Amino acid sequence: MATGEFAAYGAHAHAAPQGFIRKWVFSLDHKVIGLQYYFLALTAVFVGMFLSLLMRIHLIWPSVSLPLFGEIKPEAYLSLLTMHGTIMVFFVLTTAPQGGFGNYFLPIQIGAADMAFPVINMLSFWVTFLAYIVMLSAFFVTGGAPLHGWTGYPPLSALPSAGPGEGLGADLWVTSIALFCIGALMSALNFITTTLDMRARGMSLMRMPLTCWAWFITAILGLLAFGVLLAAGILLLLDRNAGTSFFVPLVTVNGQLAGHKGGSPLLWQHLFWFFGHPEVYIAILPAMGLCSQLVSVFSRKPIFGYKAMVYAMLSIGIMGFMVWGHHMFMSGMSPYSGFAFSVMTMAIGVPSAIKTFNWLGTLWGGKIRFSSPMLFAIGFVSLFVSGGISGPFLAQPVLDIPLHDTYFVTGHFHLIMGVASIFGIFAATYYWFPKMFGRLMNESLARWHFWFSFVGTYAIFMPMHYLGMAGHPRRYSQLTEVGYLHSLLPLQKFITYVAFITIAGQFIFLFNLFWSMKFGKKASDNPWEATTLEWTTATPPPHDNFAGRTPVIHHGPYEYSVPGEPRDYVMQTDPLPVAVR
Amino acid sequence: MTILTSAENFSHGDLQQLEMRLRRARLGLGVGVVGIVMVFVSFTSAYIVRQGLPTLDPRTNTLVRDWFPLPLPALLFFNTGLLLISSVTMELARRQVAHFTTATRAASTPNVFAGREGTILWLALTAVLGLSFLKGQWTVWREMEASGFYVASSPGSSFVYLLTGTHGVHLLGGIFALLAAGATVLFRRPAESRVVVLDVTAWYWHFMTLLWAYILCLLEFAR
Amino acid sequence: MGLVLLIIIWLITLISTYFFIAKTWWLPVGASAAAAGIDHYFSVTFILMGIVFVAAQGILGYFAWKYRDRGSSSVARYSHGNNRLEIAWTVLTFILFVGLNLMSSSIWASERFRPAQPGAVQVEVTGMQFQWYFRYPGPDGKFGATKPELIDPSTGGEGAVGLDATDPVSKDDFVTGTMYLPVGREAEVILRAQDVIHSFFVPGMRFKQDAVPGLAIHMHFTPISTGDYEIVCAELCGLGHYKMHGMLKVVSQQEFDAWLAARESEKQ
Repeated sequence: MATGEFAAYGAHAHAAPQGFIRKWVFSLDHKVIGLQYYFLALTAVFVGMFLSLLMRIHLIWPSVSLPLFGEIKPEAYLSLLTMHGTIMVFFVLTTAPQGGFGNYFLPIQIGAADMAFPVINMLSFWVTFLAYIVMLSAFFVTGGAPLHGWTGYPPLSALPSAGPGEGLGADLWVTSIALFCIGALMSALNFITTTLDMRARGMSLMRMPLTCWAWFITAILGLLAFGVLLAAGILLLLDRNAGTSFFVPLVTVNGQLAGHKGGSPLLWQHLFWFFGHPEVYIAILPAMGLCSQLVSVFSRKPIFGYKAMVYAMLSIGIMGFMVWGHHMFMSGMSPYSGFAFSVMTMAIGVPSAIKTFNWLGTLWGGKIRFSSPMLFAIGFVSLFVSGGISGPFLAQPVLDIPLHDTYFVTGHFHLIMGVASIFGIFAATYYWFPKMFGRLMNESLARWHFWFSFVGTYAIFMPMHYLGMAGHPRRYSQLTEVGYLHSLLPLQKFITYVAFITIAGQFIFLFNLFWSMKFGKKASDNPWEATTLEWTTATPPPHDNFAGRTPVIHHGPYEYSVPGEPRDYVMQTDPLPVAVR
Repeated sequence: MTILTSAENFSHGDLQQLEMRLRRARLGLGVGVVGIVMVFVSFTSAYIVRQGLPTLDPRTNTLVRDWFPLPLPALLFFNTGLLLISSVTMELARRQVAHFTTATRAASTPNVFAGREGTILWLALTAVLGLSFLKGQWTVWREMEASGFYVASSPGSSFVYLLTGTHGVHLLGGIFALLAAGATVLFRRPAESRVVVLDVTAWYWHFMTLLWAYILCLLEFAR
Repeated sequence: MGLVLLIIIWLITLISTYFFIAKTWWLPVGASAAAAGIDHYFSVTFILMGIVFVAAQGILGYFAWKYRDRGSSSVARYSHGNNRLEIAWTVLTFILFVGLNLMSSSIWASERFRPAQPGAVQVEVTGMQFQWYFRYPGPDGKFGATKPELIDPSTGGEGAVGLDATDPVSKDDFVTGTMYLPVGREAEVILRAQDVIHSFFVPGMRFKQDAVPGLAIHMHFTPISTGDYEIVCAELCGLGHYKMHGMLKVVSQQEFDAWLAARESEKQ
């Protein structure tokens, strides 16, 4: 039973639902919707991982014939690559941290009974689900999935004649993304309104947990960015199907005029990356917010520099809209613009560095408990540093000349966006599992999972930087044609072997997840002894989160090891001693 | 912004509830509108870029500009008038609900409030005007096709179809919202629901009118 | 666990850094005039970022071990931060990052802000699925007209770029599948693409530029060592992207002139 101050309030807007369909399928409860998003992302991540495994196998054994699939043709490799990127970026990294955990825990952490618009919340999930089905269907149509990469540059993505999969498969791909944009916009609407309008008494913005700040800023980024992607998608669909020429100039494919003229391929790149750069921050901010949370909880120390952390996330958000051109240094864009974008890009490295210093500052002088969420939080910091350090190379246009579109870029974004964000998802799972399911996940299995993942992902992605420096271009389906790639084949082989092992390690997590739901050790309401509001509720929380009451907040969320307090943590609903402030 | 003119028959708690719901709904709509605006910001940027963009003529190896302005059918301006009037009727409906809801002890009288018939009239009129606008836009498209301007005929025509089409789709959504608002007025018991639904629908409708005005100015003046 | 974390994090850092320092896999030897500057700048960035990398990972590992919970003897320090420290490290990081950027701007400017010098060797580079073609303007120094309707990739050479034989200027243009350049002279490349976006990448020359349909992009570089340099495509262009490669042969001025003459006489 929770102590601390709670006030009574009127009945929740809707009574608890009855019946399987209203409770689990078309639920209006943000907690159920959060789980729906999470499990969608879970299936997507295994699909995405499987695609990458096929890619790695094909790279080093191009003529091997796999059971069920047969031989992987060069165009099939490119389809795998395209779908791997698209599924991972949209249906995993933009889904689990925000739609999954954000939906579940934002309302609770700010003391609300649900999201502002539960019906829109439900719709946003089902639209996202529909987008996922449409995306997967691209594999099964004539021509198969598109081969133009997750970035979909026209004219390649605009001309059905430009390659296999660029017919119906590409139309489905664009449609899926457009649907995803709509779902994301609806979700952003909810997050922003909820954060601004539904905080409990005493929960000022500067007393919100950093996870809430992260979800809030991520939602603002999404609100401003997804509309641009949707617009670009509409223009691409028109170019593909209505004969317009927004993106396609006068081109011939294999000697045949394609029937367009006057369009600009660079226009797509500008629109796409205006979305695309904020998108990478959408993918990483929730993990940053969670990392701040976890290093504080598990060091039993307040977060070092709360205000700086908030300002850093805000700066990252704002500046994130001003750096998109760093994806386009080699594109034919004006070199003067290139210079401007590169200065801005280096500047955005500063708030990220500040966050890293503050995480280290939180560990300093702490009393660290190495529970599984903390292992992944520490792993996150390490991966974020590694991925971040390669950024300043790519941010300089002169250095981008040898490195653009090589494996250096692939290594960079996998470390800093892919793996770091996935570590955030793992950390969140281990951390919040007891609150969602009432049981703890198995710690031994969690440790095995951590070491497989931590060492494995470094072994996969760090070597890619070496490949890139040696000039190895990315998105090559075979490595046999270019002379200087032959000496790099052993390193590619090494990466594939490690990938096998690392992917195998993820099944430990999958097993642990489902096994613990039924057989895990039963958890108390607050097993980690944390101070934020979700740990004051019953486990799992009731339909309206706080059982007919509303919490009253007295202070910020990081009051650990407060001198003079009997316990080393003070819940946000408990008052602080007057001496400390 | 105070919404209610008279609150004598509303309990303090009910009034607070209504204010909160209204504030939240308006905030949500405002946020959603920002999302939609970004779509049209992107279209605007594409429009401006495309106008000035030189493209390589592979025959002469020189850069040429292939943009030319499109004459806009006069019907477009008539349609604009329809939409402007529809905003007026929509606003009348919104204010009527707000006024009459407070004038009766609405929370305890299901299905009855004075002025319901009047509100339905204004809503119906708005829907009719909105549908007429859409029909008018469709006719504009037919006129353009008759003079040889299909969606892919020229860069300028592509944008006319794009902007009018996307706006039209959003306006259609607004018409569905009108139908829902009408149903709420007729059938929904709590008075605050009627006020909130009408309010949000009305502001969305006004945004559609404003957006159209912007698109028209863009097409007419930024040639 | 704290000790294990420290060891593993330090090991990963050590091993990664070793391979960077040992240059086991590294940039190919630079063979253009700009390469020295770019490589120097690469090293500066590399050293500075390397120090940050080792320091950050080192501190992370160390803190994970040093501040582990040792039972009742360890007490966490109650601190919400230090504003002066925040300002200090913000300013320092800003100076480091933006300073690095401004340092490299002069190389970028010299590479990209100025056009090719008069007297540069001109080559028009056309990318198409999945081949590079190189057109030389011949003795008149002008490129003749091309027509999209005349493009026929199956013929290779002049047919592939759709050279318009009726244009008198194109009489002396010729198209090859291998690029020849004289050493020590600036080369102006005019990049074009016929179908989708390609990218002309010569690692040895530290040269890369996207070839975009609808644009003719003028760039320049100066080869300073003779030899053969592989050209690869660096922008996903379709199923043959991996095999869209060519060869740049940098030869002496005499050999280049001889080669030009041989190509011209073939055309007659």
